[in-house]
Amino acid sequence: MHIATSPAFKENAHQALSNAGLQKALARSGPSFIARRAAAVAGMPEFETLRDTARDIKNHALANLDFYLEAYEAKVLATGGKVHWCSTADDARQAVLAICQAAGARTVTKGKSMIGEEIAINDHLERHGITPVETDLGEYIIQLRHELPSHIIAPAFHLNMEDWEAAFRKAHTDLPADRTFTERRDVLNEARTKLRGKFLAADVGITGANFLIAETGSSVIVTNEGNGDLTQTLPRVHIVLASIEKCVPTLEDATSLLRVLARSATGQDFSVYTTFSTGARRPGDLDGPEEYHVVLIDNGRSAMFGTDFQEMLRCIRCAACMNHCPVYGAVGGHAYGWVYPGPMGSVLTPSLIGVDKAGHLPNASTFCGKCESVCPVRIPLPKLMRHWREREFERHLNPATVRAGMAFWGFFARRPALYRLATRAAAVGLGLFGRRKGRFGRMPLAGGWTSGRDLPAPEGDTFFARYAKAQRAGQVQ
Amino acid sequence: MSRQTILTAIRRGLKRGPLPADQMAMLRGRLTQHPRHLIPARSHLPHPEQVDLFTRNVEKEFGSVAHVPDMNAVPGAVTDYLAAQNLPGSVIMAPHPELQAIPWSVRPLLEIREGRAQGTDAVSVQHGFAGIAETGTLMLPSAPERPVTLNLLAETEIVVLRTSAIVGAYEEAWDRLRTELGAMPRNVMLITGPSRSADIEQTLELGAHGPRRLHIVLVEG
Repeated sequence: MHIATSPAFKENAHQALSNAGLQKALARSGPSFIARRAAAVAGMPEFETLRDTARDIKNHALANLDFYLEAYEAKVLATGGKVHWCSTADDARQAVLAICQAAGARTVTKGKSMIGEEIAINDHLERHGITPVETDLGEYIIQLRHELPSHIIAPAFHLNMEDWEAAFRKAHTDLPADRTFTERRDVLNEARTKLRGKFLAADVGITGANFLIAETGSSVIVTNEGNGDLTQTLPRVHIVLASIEKCVPTLEDATSLLRVLARSATGQDFSVYTTFSTGARRPGDLDGPEEYHVVLIDNGRSAMFGTDFQEMLRCIRCAACMNHCPVYGAVGGHAYGWVYPGPMGSVLTPSLIGVDKAGHLPNASTFCGKCESVCPVRIPLPKLMRHWREREFERHLNPATVRAGMAFWGFFARRPALYRLATRAAAVGLGLFGRRKGRFGRMPLAGGWTSGRDLPAPEGDTFFARYAKAQRAGQVQ
Repeated sequence: MSRQTILTAIRRGLKRGPLPADQMAMLRGRLTQHPRHLIPARSHLPHPEQVDLFTRNVEKEFGSVAHVPDMNAVPGAVTDYLAAQNLPGSVIMAPHPELQAIPWSVRPLLEIREGRAQGTDAVSVQHGFAGIAETGTLMLPSAPERPVTLNLLAETEIVVLRTSAIVGAYEEAWDRLRTELGAMPRNVMLITGPSRSADIEQTLELGAHGPRRLHIVLVEG
């Protein structure tokens, strides 16, 4: 199991801010994701309606998930596949290992799978003498560097060209030491050559699933590289890792979700390879796996039904929320300390590993609302983060100073007249003190703010007073 | 055991037991009828314009398209493409009756083998089941006569597709698949352009693990 460093979010974030390589990567890649999504959305006039449709499909699937999972299972069995129901990460690891051992597997190729990261399947296989090989280019270098992905669709988001070169030189010692890496293409070609042999030699292929389809018993993967397809086509055994909320009713439902997935994620109209796998090799087929296993994983999700967080189960893992998040953009994915970073991680991680460990994450938000405004299934991420803050407070998990500060503010907030008087006094007082420079370089009790930037001095009245004045003048309702 | 635990936990959260029979019947009806949702207007076009939209979208996604008048012109189109790309005249071809009926012998220098692809094959020729104009996407369902490895292992994949197989939206292709093939094939690939990756510095590079080139020979009729 990956040791979550989420409890140390503050320290992680500090380190991230002073990590030059990370800051270079964030500055380069953040804006391009935003621009590409915007262009894709501009090219699809019906996009907002498609988001409503996507939300409604997932809501319908979740409201009837018990029915659809049973229907899905029946179809998988009818097409010669097997379904392994797993309540916990440990159940899932054991199920995968048992299938690999029964197949006599020595090497296993892997397509990118976030649930695979969640259950830390690679460590488990390695401990039992089976070599897992990540084949998605981003996951491959993450594996070489013994890291976690820093982004759910771009695992190597935090790395630069020099990191790729260093990792490849260290790992591929059989290649000439004097070879050069002048272009990204050189890296890509070396990975292609290195991994081709692994694809052909693997005994088992493990992929994730973007969707499971009840109508047909199919699992769906979406990739641009084709690595997932090589992984699930060439070895004798294909294992699909999927969490329970991936199940949707029909091909039409999956198709409607696919229309918003790639556009929200990479800004493509459609990913290069969208593949529907249904059962094992059929009579007469010249290729394809002889065994098809679905490891169906709960790991905390069923407990989210009927709670404030059920809406989070709509998530289709596009990463638009983190691509548009100012906090993610400043500290990157590793600071979040576990598998899922960004706003979706700030909501999901406390559900999966506990708010006592991950309580900092929902606090790492400016509540700007950008994440909700781009979410293809309209998850109210800020509202859900607020729910976690409330629970953290109720369970007395915040430090005493935070609680004291909140109580102090709460005293005034519950007494509006006093609140207005106090804020007015503060605004006028600070305005007078700061009149000369127009800003404060230092401020008692606000060192965290002023150590990074100046605090502007108030330039007049409070918001309430100005609003009341505007109302009297008839400028606002 | 996990199975019952998971289903029970979901039902407990939803504050109900197993669905009543009438609701189950309704959901089964939804699965059988598989209703469509909103389909974007971009592909609601007369058929010739759908063919044009398909071609434009394939090219936008770094694929290439050659139009030919009939199946007799396919060997010439394939040979010309291979020569222009400086590729060897040896291909592994899907054992599909429509491809087998093509008069390949008019180009005696082109070596044709039939079957699935191996790691050593440089060029594959695949049979296209449908083309989806909406995004320039090929639908390639697996079958003994349409091996999946042809879509993956060769550096160059050539797909022979009839213009009559081009539809507007994905939903129309699913309906064709249900009508013509009945059950869901073991594997259905929707392919939009050649393999690529943006994992290195979030910058697009073509030719990751799948084909570096995707060429479509579009046959009238």
